[in-house]
Amino acid sequence: MQIDLSVQNVTKKFKDFVAVDNVSFEVPDGQFFSILGPSGCGKTTLLRMIAGLTEPTEGSIEIRGQSMLGIPPNKRPVNLIFQHLALFPMMNVKENIAFGLKRRGDSKAVINEKVAAILERVDLAGFGDKKVDQLSGGQKQRVAIARCLVLEPAVLLLDEPLGALDLKLREQMKVELKKLQAKVGTTFIYITHDQSEALVMSDHVAVMNKGVFEQIDTPQVLYNRPETPFVAQFVGDNNAWSGRIRQCEDTRAEVETNEGPVFRTKVRENLQPGAEVDLFLRPEAMLIQPDASLSDLNRFEVIVKDILFDGANSRLLAHPLDADTELLIALPQTRQFDYIRENDKIEIGWDEQSGICFPRS
Amino acid sequence: MKNQKRWGLFFFLSPVLLWLALLIILPQIDLLAMSFRMENDQGRMVWSLSNYFNFFDEPIYWLTFVRTAIYSILVTFLTFVIALPVAFYITKVVAPKFQGFLLVLLLLPFWVSELVRVYGWMILLRESGVINHFLTQMGILGQPVEMLYRDSTMILGLVYTSMLFMVVPIVSVLESLDDSLIEAAYDLGANMWTILVKIIIPHATPGIVSGSIVVFMLTLGNYLTPNLMGGKNSLWFTEQIYNQFIASFNWNQGSAFGFLLLVLSSIIVWLGLKLTRQNLKKVVQ
Repeated sequence: MQIDLSVQNVTKKFKDFVAVDNVSFEVPDGQFFSILGPSGCGKTTLLRMIAGLTEPTEGSIEIRGQSMLGIPPNKRPVNLIFQHLALFPMMNVKENIAFGLKRRGDSKAVINEKVAAILERVDLAGFGDKKVDQLSGGQKQRVAIARCLVLEPAVLLLDEPLGALDLKLREQMKVELKKLQAKVGTTFIYITHDQSEALVMSDHVAVMNKGVFEQIDTPQVLYNRPETPFVAQFVGDNNAWSGRIRQCEDTRAEVETNEGPVFRTKVRENLQPGAEVDLFLRPEAMLIQPDASLSDLNRFEVIVKDILFDGANSRLLAHPLDADTELLIALPQTRQFDYIRENDKIEIGWDEQSGICFPRS
Repeated sequence: MKNQKRWGLFFFLSPVLLWLALLIILPQIDLLAMSFRMENDQGRMVWSLSNYFNFFDEPIYWLTFVRTAIYSILVTFLTFVIALPVAFYITKVVAPKFQGFLLVLLLLPFWVSELVRVYGWMILLRESGVINHFLTQMGILGQPVEMLYRDSTMILGLVYTSMLFMVVPIVSVLESLDDSLIEAAYDLGANMWTILVKIIIPHATPGIVSGSIVVFMLTLGNYLTPNLMGGKNSLWFTEQIYNQFIASFNWNQGSAFGFLLLVLSSIIVWLGLKLTRQNLKKVVQ
């Protein structure tokens, strides 16, 4: 498989502040690669370095095997879709899309043909003569994508382009973007702070925090086997306990949480008794009123504080009997738990395989 | 109640209305009437178009007129060429905390009167002036050269006087230009020149046009700078008007010239707006 983009040991410093710290990754041809991180983690800086709008302090960036150091953005085979799209308001849709082709010196006939073809592809045929401000949010989005894709870049960079859309449209565009990427086969590098965008669309996701990549993996692995506490908390929701190891053999440990309950959980490495750990548990890993026949479950009782109804994503907000920590528990909408009311006492059980345990650093 | 409100409005508006009527509209009407009158052979004032015919009969008048118009357009263009990079630097390149400082620096020369500023230039440029002194001292010039009283010097002075009126409107339109538009154009393969022509200037057009109108009007109607820096052979149309009023004491001819200048500037501004496809309403906003 051809490597479209290779970033090696890239560091970017602004005076004393290290925005991107020794980041390396490779993206093979045709992949949808996301960089996920909270705002201010350096992801936009990284993207701008790939686009050429900022030069790295150290390290190298290669696109299809060619070093990009010192090459200005107008000479790089990458295109960037800006957060606010940056469509040119003084031009109509067609002129916007033709802008890059004209700069390349294509003939008029070729430009017309390519613009028509790309408009067709993003389902905007016949929109060529519209003004940019006559378009809806989703249409603007597609014009911005078309304006870049028409140049057939090796890599398309996207800087949170869905951020400004309302929720419904965002959900729709997520699916559309993914479909479009599969259709055109261009390598996409997508940065976002929205984990659901990253998980839904990407083949691979890199989780970035404070300028470093915490983990690069498929969305499934990131969600199910996070490698660092940051990833565990940032990707998906998690309930967290602090505690210490009571006993540990190989990959099974007994953890005494600071709130009192003792849980059995799998661990990634053998830990010494007494070692301080953080224990994470997904809301959907907790079973409400588990069947008594299920052995091997960690069981404890909680008091329901609130029912957060949100359709398929409904949760219970609860706290253990003798502690104040808030727990989020997935509430399946199968109607079998409709009887649960606020201040009810219910039993919770979870399988030791679902626990995610890290030694406290 | 409604009546009372109207009277209140009228009361507070009256100084402005009086000002407009007494000091601007009435004198203008009087001048307009005067421009159509002349003294006949019997020494009586009669209605006539001869003041306007005089203008076309004497080549010196309409040649000065055309010259003034062309030089004003040139000054406006030169001011724009210099002001655009300055405005771009202030809004997009320099750190935000220095922006205010730079604008104040631009404003600073306007704290002294135009007369003093022009005399400043004269001290620099005249034959025994500062620049000549340095050039001869350094051996670049064998003997001092008179730099004043040339058309180029006059244009220099006019551009200098008009700079601020071009920079300020361009700064305000460039401030609303999203940086990412420039970056997007750069990313899509444009070089600096295309970014300037395709992105920056189209965006800045309203500011450029309003700045140009102000600079053009000020230059066309400027008397001091052409007179002092251009010398006697500068031939600016305002000087012709001045001469008619003060030297020849021919107020009728002078007011005819005044109205010709008004018509000229209106036509050129109108043409400019048509050519750039702007309308006055949008530009003066």
